Amino acid sequence: MTARAPLSAVFCDKRKFIVADTPGHEQYTRNMVTGASTADLAVILIDARKGVLIQTMRHSYLVSLLGIKKVVLAVNKMDLVDYSEEVFEKIRSDYLKFAEQLNFEEITAIPVSALKGDNMIGASEAMPWYKGPSVLEHLESVEIGTEDLSRPFRMPVQWVNRPNLDFRGFSGTIASGTIRVGDAIVEPASGQSSKVARIVTFDGDLEEAFKGQAVTLTLEDEIDISRGDILCATQDRPATADQFEAKIDWMSSNPMLPSRTYLLKLGTGTTAARISNLKYTVNVNTMEQMASKKLELNEIGVCNLSLDKAISIAPYAENPGPGSLILIDRFTNATEAAGMIEFALRRAENIHWQSVDIHKEARAEQKGQKASVLWFTGLSGSGKSTIANLVEKKLHALNKHTYLLDGDNVRHGLNKDLGFTDADRVENIRRVGETSKLMVDAGLITLVSFISPFRSERQMARGLLEEGEFLEVFVDTPLEICEARDIKGLYKKARAGEIKNFTGISSDYERPENAEIVIDGGRTSSEDAADQIIATLEMRGFI
Amino acid sequence: MSTSRLTHLRQLEAESIHIFREVVAEFEKPVMLYSIGKDSAVLLHLARKAFYPSPVPFPLLHVDTTWKFREMIHFRDTIVKDYGLELLVHINPEGVKQGIGPFTHGSALHTDVMKTEALKQALDQYKFDAAFGGARRDEEASRAKERVFSFRNEAHRWDPKNQRPELWNLYNGRVRKGESIRAFPLSNWTELDIWQYIYMEDIPIVPLYFAAERPVVEREGMLIMVDDERMPLEDGETPMMKSVRFRTLGCYPLTGAIESTASTLPEIIQEMLVARTSERQGRLIDKDQAGSMEKKKQEGYF
Repeated sequence: MTARAPLSAVFCDKRKFIVADTPGHEQYTRNMVTGASTADLAVILIDARKGVLIQTMRHSYLVSLLGIKKVVLAVNKMDLVDYSEEVFEKIRSDYLKFAEQLNFEEITAIPVSALKGDNMIGASEAMPWYKGPSVLEHLESVEIGTEDLSRPFRMPVQWVNRPNLDFRGFSGTIASGTIRVGDAIVEPASGQSSKVARIVTFDGDLEEAFKGQAVTLTLEDEIDISRGDILCATQDRPATADQFEAKIDWMSSNPMLPSRTYLLKLGTGTTAARISNLKYTVNVNTMEQMASKKLELNEIGVCNLSLDKAISIAPYAENPGPGSLILIDRFTNATEAAGMIEFALRRAENIHWQSVDIHKEARAEQKGQKASVLWFTGLSGSGKSTIANLVEKKLHALNKHTYLLDGDNVRHGLNKDLGFTDADRVENIRRVGETSKLMVDAGLITLVSFISPFRSERQMARGLLEEGEFLEVFVDTPLEICEARDIKGLYKKARAGEIKNFTGISSDYERPENAEIVIDGGRTSSEDAADQIIATLEMRGFI
Repeated sequence: MSTSRLTHLRQLEAESIHIFREVVAEFEKPVMLYSIGKDSAVLLHLARKAFYPSPVPFPLLHVDTTWKFREMIHFRDTIVKDYGLELLVHINPEGVKQGIGPFTHGSALHTDVMKTEALKQALDQYKFDAAFGGARRDEEASRAKERVFSFRNEAHRWDPKNQRPELWNLYNGRVRKGESIRAFPLSNWTELDIWQYIYMEDIPIVPLYFAAERPVVEREGMLIMVDDERMPLEDGETPMMKSVRFRTLGCYPLTGAIESTASTLPEIIQEMLVARTSERQGRLIDKDQAGSMEKKKQEGYF
């Protein structure tokens, strides 16, 4: 032990080590995760005087989260506990018990004194009871990275290599497995397949290439492959999915907003994505699951992600290459989060993709309501507008955000080019339907008061909106009562033939068959009708 | 199953190639900063590997301070011709107009005007959105914090406190117009890796790296080579011939030579291993007093 060499020089003899020294405090979780993302092995330091601390558990959890399988438990400062075997064994068994819930394959506990050099490079004379390797001996001999070769072949295409018309190669770094000339490959998202013709490198063609090598593959067939695609072994191809569950480590001081759109980079492809559901967050100290509505800096959450197209993925634990991702803010371009895929979600569980950043639900949630359309239909004079107006007043008093689209008013502006022919009535309703859809998208409770006599047009308006957003309110007032009221003197003119195509007189009114709300306009006061509608909105969870 | 694994140099090589390809695929107008030194030589070699059989798909940019060793300029022009590369040379016209030089204006101003300012001028002039550099994290503390994709704002400024986290091999190449990145494919290489790789791959480097008899003067403890007639000699100062070589190359008046007889790559690597060992031992003093004190005495530190 006299020829004691500095660690770094000795390291160079058998292996080269790149050390990511990550600080221990909770606010450095993202540094820890970043460092662990490229590490083969973790050395977890424990102070022999203190034993297994919260900090030890946090580090171990994060290391395990990032898929590191081999851990060195360096129980340091043994000189300060009199090199006690008992102390070491207690810490070792405490740790092993704790680590049962983590996915480590190999935990090597070593009693050391970094200050005195015990068990750092060679055996310690002060701890003859310890028969295992020193830290250096272990690091030099531990087997790492071999599992990657037995995984199926995956190579994300980085760049299409096209120096001239006779050469078309796909350049990339092999993410897992091996590939040989003649092997069948497939691009899973498009299903295109071929065989490997050549494995091209600057130093000459290869017969075989494996994980970690940067190569250029040419194929036997001309297939349409571009950056972002992934070449895979045909016999063992990955899942493609546009919905999946992932563990997300939030790395930005701007919290994660559910339903906001981010850019997701996985392999060499970038796709728009949003977190459709934050299922729970994980306390990094205790690993307890907690319900939460948002994800803050250094928090880890289990989320569902929804993409705008299907991509090839793998569970991170099975294959880290196609299982890891980052999320990028679309406006600041900052890297906001890192993610590790758990599993694909079946299409049946899909939630509809929205390409906007602030989504309808987010806008409505901000207003403390659920966006919807209350579509008032009924004869002229049935009391639609009066009731709608009252409902809006009541909603306003409840601090809800509303907008009222009234048939007559819209005809003064947006629809003033339209008359009362059937074709114009249809177009009238189509425009109002589209407008109310925009209002709903803005998160508003939208009240539409239109005679809208035709079933098919009301159906069209309903079809523009999502399931459950459209509430048809049929103000069922008998024609005689409407005509008797004749507030605007229109029935009189219609009877006199001065107005053509007047609903109920010279044009049909098709009664709704399945209206969500029916108001008996002949017997119910406007005030009671409005209360009935408010009660329905409450009952259905819109307000 | 085969358990063949890449040597660490091949791993570093593959990682660098990956970085080159990511930048070329994600950016509109990349450029490679070419300083003619050993790191640039490795960088260029890796770029040729990354895109083979395509030619290197971006130009090289040499920011010329007009004070480089003559052998460097000769080497640069030979390499560019031999490999069929596109070379852009930028010299700060303002600096030339004002006659800025290290002897007359001092090293700090010279470097600022002829290197830093000149580089920004060139990047703005050509509107490059990505610039490859040969910086390594082991060079100095500030570079250890650099990302592989190091974001720069419109004014080319680097904000070390607000950097994008980099995980796995997923680099974030998103920039807005006017913003850019510096990409460092050699981030994880050490000086020893560079030399071993040059040896393994037989990469041509400027002959100044090899020991030879050269005319030098000693100034402030540095051996400065008298490379051309612009070097003002002080009273009584005469160049002496010494067997020297350079560990790094820059402007000749600012670059100190070391006395050495290492005229082959294995000799250089050997020399560096010895130097590295002593460097590291110096750092260990605090932690390991008994052992290193003994060693220091052996090596004649006192």
